[in-house]
Amino acid sequence: MTLRSSGEAVAKPASSGLGWLLDQRVLLSIAVLALLPWLLPSKALAVNVLIYGVVVMGYNLLFGYTGLLSFGQAAFFGAGAYFTGIAIGRYGIPWFAAVPIAVLLSTCLAAAIGIVSTRTRGIYFSMVTLALAQLVYYVALQAASFTGGENGLRGFTVDRISLFGLQVNFLDPVNKYYVLMAFAALAMWFQSRILNSPFGAVIEAIRENEQRARACGYDVERSKLVVFMLSGAISSLGGCMLALHLSIVPLDILHYQTSGMIVMMVLLGGARSFFGPFVGAASFLILEDVISLWTPHWQIFVGAIFVLFVLFLPKGIWGTLLDALGVGKVRR
Amino acid sequence: MDLSLIIMQLLSGIALGAVLVITALGLTIVFGMLGVVNFAHGALFMIGAYAGLYLASLTGSFWWGLLLAPILIGAFGMLIEFVLIRRLYGRSIDDPLLLTFGLSYILVEGVRIVFGSDGIPFPTPPQLIGVLDLGIGFFPRYRLFVIVLVAVVLLVLWLTLEKTRVGLIVRAGARDPTIMQVLGVDIGRVWLAIFGLGVGLAALGGVLAGPMRSVNPEMGSLVLAEAFVVTVIGGLGSIVGAVVAGLMVGVSISMVALFAPEMATIVMFALMAVVLLIRPQGLFGVRGRTA
Repeated sequence: MTLRSSGEAVAKPASSGLGWLLDQRVLLSIAVLALLPWLLPSKALAVNVLIYGVVVMGYNLLFGYTGLLSFGQAAFFGAGAYFTGIAIGRYGIPWFAAVPIAVLLSTCLAAAIGIVSTRTRGIYFSMVTLALAQLVYYVALQAASFTGGENGLRGFTVDRISLFGLQVNFLDPVNKYYVLMAFAALAMWFQSRILNSPFGAVIEAIRENEQRARACGYDVERSKLVVFMLSGAISSLGGCMLALHLSIVPLDILHYQTSGMIVMMVLLGGARSFFGPFVGAASFLILEDVISLWTPHWQIFVGAIFVLFVLFLPKGIWGTLLDALGVGKVRR
Repeated sequence: MDLSLIIMQLLSGIALGAVLVITALGLTIVFGMLGVVNFAHGALFMIGAYAGLYLASLTGSFWWGLLLAPILIGAFGMLIEFVLIRRLYGRSIDDPLLLTFGLSYILVEGVRIVFGSDGIPFPTPPQLIGVLDLGIGFFPRYRLFVIVLVAVVLLVLWLTLEKTRVGLIVRAGARDPTIMQVLGVDIGRVWLAIFGLGVGLAALGGVLAGPMRSVNPEMGSLVLAEAFVVTVIGGLGSIVGAVVAGLMVGVSISMVALFAPEMATIVMFALMAVVLLIRPQGLFGVRGRTA
């Protein structure tokens, strides 16, 4: 990808040695994630970082790369989880078929919400996505016979899965982590392909200057809708992973607080960077873990830290780090 | 179905809508002037309700709570503008939004620490307990009072904006802040006051809503979504739009509740989606600014 953000000159990536390695952002990210369960204090935390990392990565496509600040990403995270649970529990569909079905249905939901919300611009977009996600929340609350309402969705435990004739005990946290990591790796490869494609250049052009992108002949409205759907699809995969991991889907997953948490994670980690979402998810979850050890009111600290980030560190941890190391924008 | 029942439900909807109007008005005025959408608006609504409750029990009178809470919380809002939001003018339009979102986390958790996580009942003032015979049916006195009070506040606000010198400065500042500065108006002070006014209106909405719904730390997030729906339908930045859309949403909620209760929470979002598909800038919005 040769698009230059904010007019900065970008060196062409070197094709050998360290330069080559730095260009393999998907492989590098997978390598880090493979080590994660052994770096973090608990396996449960590592699984959560993986799941939220995928959700936030999908959201980053919309917010970081296209510049659309949505406050409704929880709708797709939740949709992925609910559709997976309903497909397995209610219709007895095996998990490997339930996941693609759930992603497909969630993408349709993203299309419906996207058609309404991408007609608006700027601050309007944030408000409309928030309101429409609340609509999804209330629908799930009311349709209790399908979703379990306030009690959440239960009764679809996946305890064993067979991979190429191999029986894997899915209740073992390490097995579970690496199975879910395969989903994450797929999502990362997909996202990297989107960003490297001409379409990836178009969405960044829209972020930098919407009018100019339109003047260049790109269909801005259609691109926004497509990126909204792609972003929803990737985040919904995170939802599928959560459903497989927890064996229940709490109603809270659709709440506006979850959308807010996704926004916080992407900003903590660093919007517009490939690995930033995972750094953001990890920082947020570790922060929550550590602070809630000595006070139930961890949200007040998380809120304060977030405010400080907005004021003084808008590029987030990973983005600031990459800037400090002088890593070119191409290699993010 | 009985006609008088429908009229009573209509009045209920207007009372519900009146609170929405006041809350959404605060949001829309701040946006119209400062170009900032305050994501902490719902949290400040909630804090207003708590402040009203606390002041009422401190002074022993609901009326002091109703008067003092909006003033105090409005002053707190001015502090927020002065300390935090002022730093973000000139940066991305998303930044104040993100900052106020983080702020809402702090405010909600702060209230949980001070008042606990459980809901607290907000007693109706003794003078307004009971119902009034309107000839065709009985209507709660308190709700009638809410409608009248909101009408008075709207009238005062309208007169101030349209007929006074201060109002002239505010209207001109919304149109072109740069020219106002050239003319020697300290626009920073106007913005400070407007932000305080917007937050004060949120707090007033909170106190008024107190006796009608339960007061709890989470009430703000629902109100924020409602206020967003109202401002999007009316057109962001439009005062007339906030009034019309607020009443429209309130009446639709209570009318739908009469016929299909399970749809009541959903109807306003559906209304918003329809409006957006037909008029993306909202009923009274100006095209180009936001849509």
